[in-house]
Amino acid sequence: MPERALLKVSNVDTFYGSIQALWDVSLVVNPGEIVALIGANGSGKSTLLNTISGLIHPTKGSIEFEGKNISAVNPFQVVALGISQVPEGRRIFPDLTILENLILGSYNRKARPQREQNLKRVYELFPLLEERKNQLAKTLSGGEQQMLAIGRGLMSNPKLMLLDEMSLGLAPIILNELYKALKEIRERGITILFVEQNVRRSLTEADRAYIMEAGRVVLSGNVSELREEEEVRKAYFGV
Amino acid sequence: MTGLADLATPITMGILLGGLYALIALGLSLVFGVMRLINIAHGDLVLFTSYFGYVAMTVFGIDPILSLVVGIPVMFLIGLGIQKYLLNRAFKISMEAPLIIAFGISIILQNAYQIAWSPMSRGLTTSYALESFSLGQVHIPLVYLLDFIVALVVMLLLREFLKRTYLGKAIRAASQDRRAAQLVGINTDRIYAFTFAIAMALAAIAGVFLGLTFPFTPTSGVSFLIIAFGVVVLGGLGSILGTFIGGMVFGLAQTLGGYFFGVSAQLLVAYVMVLVVLGVRPQGIFGR
Repeated sequence: MPERALLKVSNVDTFYGSIQALWDVSLVVNPGEIVALIGANGSGKSTLLNTISGLIHPTKGSIEFEGKNISAVNPFQVVALGISQVPEGRRIFPDLTILENLILGSYNRKARPQREQNLKRVYELFPLLEERKNQLAKTLSGGEQQMLAIGRGLMSNPKLMLLDEMSLGLAPIILNELYKALKEIRERGITILFVEQNVRRSLTEADRAYIMEAGRVVLSGNVSELREEEEVRKAYFGV
Repeated sequence: MTGLADLATPITMGILLGGLYALIALGLSLVFGVMRLINIAHGDLVLFTSYFGYVAMTVFGIDPILSLVVGIPVMFLIGLGIQKYLLNRAFKISMEAPLIIAFGISIILQNAYQIAWSPMSRGLTTSYALESFSLGQVHIPLVYLLDFIVALVVMLLLREFLKRTYLGKAIRAASQDRRAAQLVGINTDRIYAFTFAIAMALAAIAGVFLGLTFPFTPTSGVSFLIIAFGVVVLGGLGSILGTFIGGMVFGLAQTLGGYFFGVSAQLLVAYVMVLVVLGVRPQGIFGR
């Protein structure tokens, strides 16, 4: 009997005003997995993450987290339930210090009691953040800001972390560090769903993947299966 | 030669008066910095406690500053109400809707004041409001010093609040990146409500000290709004310290302008200076 899925998105339609961005999207993330959501620009990956986070609400279908329907829940409540998003473009608070950014990560009341503990663990993962903790976030480089954004996302005690285009604009050396950190995060018991444009990299880092195109899920499966898939090879590896 | 010594009076007065201007402008600055809303009803809302203090004084014999014990909580609640039931909904309609709502509030208040207290000029003429003190050669109205001290204390308290408390940090975060604030678990609707409520509490304090310093009429709110605007723009949008310094610079420009060019030129000089500063440094002295 398979464990209950941590996150279950079923047949979701999402609109921006009158424009449909997601068409009948379904997705499942199981506890302890690292799942990749892959696709080109405009394929709806970010929209899906934002729908899960409650920034937009689906017009059709449902989103279940730990068995609870969260389709109509406000973003700040989604965080309290255990889903944390590290948004596209990092979006750290530029005129606050690193420490202040991290402290705000534990803003939701459930996470506040563990603030110091979580802070320590974030510093263990990214020692640089501790060295520079009183520096303004806007003075950090892209890679450092990404570390801060991930650290901030960890402060809310999430069960599921969503990462939107973590690798944008970052050098491979820094990416290696970040993916290493992701593995460590998984070791700590946090499930991960990350969005990427880079197919190759995603398929090496994830257990399973979903491929999206124009607002729909077109392929999904274990990464080993996907790598063999004719369509994937043709579309993304040019074979 | 009395030349330079003479300047001591307008300079001192300008700086102290600047404190009052900063106090009036703080609420406007906060709302703009966090919610990007230019609250054009701000001046009229400030007048609320000027009139409230007037009633306390003339009807109940209570000192207007003491009336703030009731005035501040009342304005705080009014602020929560305006944000939650009017502005919040207006934001969801369009970018202009909140401005129009604020305009409506302004008109309603001005007319309400006029109906209740007639267009006659009023003042909070307590015993100490008429006294002056001396610093060497310089004679200054006591209220000016009071205004300055209160403004300084309020500014410092506000800064500490924004820096040290969770709510304060959340307000700063929401003003820098609303979506990121939501994703971090901050209820931004509630933050905006608190911000506006705090701005109203600040306006409450400003209203009483305004009434102690100057005579006011139902339409005085507009004049002070424009001054507050100049102060906020001068000091830099989004900076509390900037608003304070901006207030003093504005006050100085006004008094020195009056000293050199005559009383009727006071405000003109001050506004010309705002223009000059904007031309040289558009984001204001401390602006980001």
